[in-house]
Amino acid sequence: MRRSMLFIPGNNPSMIQNAPVLGADSIILDLEDAVSIDEKDSARYLVRNALLEIDFSGCERVVRINSIGTNFGYDDIDVIARVKPDALIIPKATEEGVEEVDELLSAIEREEGFKLGSIKIIPLIETAIGLEDVFNIVKSSKRVVAVLLGAEDLTADMEIKRTKEGEEIFYARSKVVSVCKALKVDAIDTPFTDVNDFEGLRKDSEKAKLIGMTGKAAINPRQIDIINEVFSPSKDDINWAKRVISAYEEAQREGKGVFSLDGKMVDAPILQRAKNIIEKAKAIGLIKG
Amino acid sequence: MKIVKPAKAGTMESNDIYIMVYPNEKGNEIQLDSIVLKQFGKQIEKIIIDTLKELDVENALVVAKDRGALDYTIKARVETAIKRALE
Repeated sequence: MRRSMLFIPGNNPSMIQNAPVLGADSIILDLEDAVSIDEKDSARYLVRNALLEIDFSGCERVVRINSIGTNFGYDDIDVIARVKPDALIIPKATEEGVEEVDELLSAIEREEGFKLGSIKIIPLIETAIGLEDVFNIVKSSKRVVAVLLGAEDLTADMEIKRTKEGEEIFYARSKVVSVCKALKVDAIDTPFTDVNDFEGLRKDSEKAKLIGMTGKAAINPRQIDIINEVFSPSKDDINWAKRVISAYEEAQREGKGVFSLDGKMVDAPILQRAKNIIEKAKAIGLIKG
Repeated sequence: MKIVKPAKAGTMESNDIYIMVYPNEKGNEIQLDSIVLKQFGKQIEKIIIDTLKELDVENALVVAKDRGALDYTIKARVETAIKRALE
């Protein structure tokens, strides 16, 4: 479950050790943009030690490494993968880059005696070429469990203005969602960068959810509650899903192939949607499994 | 590993530790200043000494200004400073 993925600067001990109690589903320990060039080594060792010694209380432990087009990226993989994070985020992801990271991880997993494929990959789509190639990027490694859209770099690459309304990233969001649904991985939306505009955050999250995003990155702990709320099934959703499934079971008992609820026919896609809602609600703990 | 030049790592921020290392002919030596010196001074010194041993360092003067760092941070900052002092 990745409703909320919170970025934490990788060279800040105070923020790292407080991260597990903030309520995010995933913690992204950031070695890339949040760390200055002079402190890359320092952050790398700090994050490695944090992964070894801090109890992240069930949060997914993700590390955003530096681009593997740089020496920092290779060093990050060599140091971080040996303490088995749950996943690595690959910035400015390309098909070749993800394949290379996959191979490097396989070598380290063999050396360390980890189960092959246990460290997952989340490509960060933040260039026009990455966006257009996102299907192949996801297909390039079985380790890929989600795609993160990075709209700030993407809009810079496309030389377009980034706005709060986000109309300029509608295509990017739709493309990422479509690929993620097709290949059965999570679609994680770009962060909302105004950390004081909670109404804007809610609208932006709802917009992303409406077109199929399954979660959203956060850059401030205060954003987590709203993101978790938006990307969780509502009480009404859960009640509706329960009624659909109950009506389905009754129809099965009566030998009916097709049935209706509240005067509307329920067919396979609607039944599947109801099952998905129940599954998600169970995973979050909103209903008992 | 032999320390060849002075180096530093960490910050004076809360929950961090600022480490400076210097080549030292007399072997390993630690000068610790901490906001929790009375309660955890010996423990912090032990972590620094153990980290130097793990890195096979025998000629470091370590000057540490602790701001309430946990063990994982102390180890990381010492390792970073030592590796910077080797280059």
